Amino acid sequence: MNRTRDDFPLLAARPGLVYLDSAATSQKPRAVLDAVREFYETDNANPHRGAYALSVAATERYHAAREKVAHFFGVADPDRLIFTRGTTESLNLVAATWGRTNLARGDEVIVTRLEHHANFVPWQVIAAERNATFRIAEITDDGRLDLDHLRHLVTPRTKVVAITHVSNALGTIVPLPDVIDIVRRQAAPGAIIVVDGAQSAPHLSVALDALDIDFYAFSGHKMLGPTGIGGLIGRRDLLEAMPPYQTGGDMIEFVGDERTTWNVIPHKFEAGTPNTGDAAGLAAAVDYLSSMGMPTVRRHEQALTAVASERLAAIPGVRVFGPPPAERSGVVSFTVADVHPHDLATILDQDGVCVRAGQHCAQPLLRRLGVGATARASFYVYNDAADVEALVTGVRKAQAMFADVAS
Amino acid sequence: MSPAEIILTHHRRPHHRGTIDAPDGVATRHNPLCGETLTVGVTLDTGRLSDVRFDGESCSIGRASASMMTDLVVGLTPDEVGALTTRVQALVTGDPAAAADATLGDLRALAEVRRTPARAACALLPWNALADALAEALDARLT
Repeated sequence: MNRTRDDFPLLAARPGLVYLDSAATSQKPRAVLDAVREFYETDNANPHRGAYALSVAATERYHAAREKVAHFFGVADPDRLIFTRGTTESLNLVAATWGRTNLARGDEVIVTRLEHHANFVPWQVIAAERNATFRIAEITDDGRLDLDHLRHLVTPRTKVVAITHVSNALGTIVPLPDVIDIVRRQAAPGAIIVVDGAQSAPHLSVALDALDIDFYAFSGHKMLGPTGIGGLIGRRDLLEAMPPYQTGGDMIEFVGDERTTWNVIPHKFEAGTPNTGDAAGLAAAVDYLSSMGMPTVRRHEQALTAVASERLAAIPGVRVFGPPPAERSGVVSFTVADVHPHDLATILDQDGVCVRAGQHCAQPLLRRLGVGATARASFYVYNDAADVEALVTGVRKAQAMFADVAS
Repeated sequence: MSPAEIILTHHRRPHHRGTIDAPDGVATRHNPLCGETLTVGVTLDTGRLSDVRFDGESCSIGRASASMMTDLVVGLTPDEVGALTTRVQALVTGDPAAAADATLGDLRALAEVRRTPARAACALLPWNALADALAEALDARLT
């Protein structure tokens, strides 16, 4: 019996459901749902504003959530954590504010072939706007980042290296220390490293104070938290120098008739009423993961990924993409000969198996892999060996359905 | 045959798959969610569709829809194709009247996709490409 599954009301209520799409969004433990509800039932008021006890309580809950989440990522200074709607907003924030004020003609912006559109398009757009050169670090045939190519691309003109920590489409874990080493050696001082942590925050131990990067973006909903909240963790000096992303309430210091001065970080980047309820939920998610232990989470997923990859690859006609399971997070991206991934997902769904089929918001990567679409199964804390079994059985069933018996 | 069998039969042996050497109009449509690409080419003769071919990468729903579409539209005027497309849109978005419409023939097998809007987009992909191809063919004749 899988006891972790019982912590998740949606999964507990649907015993037959095999949820293998956590890379898209995770299910939520009861503790997270309770925390959100409890916030609204006991502490709800607009933080930072009211001179009354309830508003103070809301403010404290919000600050406590920031501190807890920052510590989860190994960040001692909670003001370096800006709450956003999620990874996409965090990356757009950096591109729009740092990019707009620091990029100029002739500068080089580097992304990688592994990127999700959220860490690709904002840089492509801002590079075009600032007349900077946009470059793509390529991958090897087995879906690893090609470090030699990155070494070739990074020059003293490089201003931005935007890179995913874990590929959402393949699960490839990018060796950040190697990337940092290349950038710090070859780029001019002041070049920034922007890490898309959407797929690493839920699955790996991340200690950002010990990592020489400039920005790290993540989403709460992929790490057991509610939708609509995530964060950007940045270097204090950079955040302080950057202009605001949005303007309005809470982010100002003094509003004159002619001009306005900004509040200190993190508030400068949090215009409007903060998402206090979801921050409380995210704090509970972080507690849940911490009590489990991120090394345990990683071991659990790695074991499932290894078995799933092996079982699927053993089926004739199945092709598994990406590096060996030990170098991937809990993702298995694959195709089945003569069965379009979309058809596969529909047939799996008939037996309650949820997988993603398509381009995984990574069109540049799928072009390089030479496939129009893949099926992607992704694992998390609540999955077990029976889920892998259901996946393998479903793939065989789809193959049998599509087999052309007449020929 | 069950709806699934009808779809699989068209998927395995699609009708009118290929390209036209000298088309009057050609159009390609993409479905960015699932990575499908479908190209439809047409020729017109005295105001009626005289030939239609499709090609590309798609799932069984997209390919079967394209195959069934090409069976039905040859000989129709662009307006008649438009009217039929409207019926198919109604069918895949759950209109019970369309699902009971015998003139839609095998296409009624697609009624099942109403439960998943993403698959409805696959079913409509060839029809949208056909509309674009016809528009190009009509444009070409006006200029």
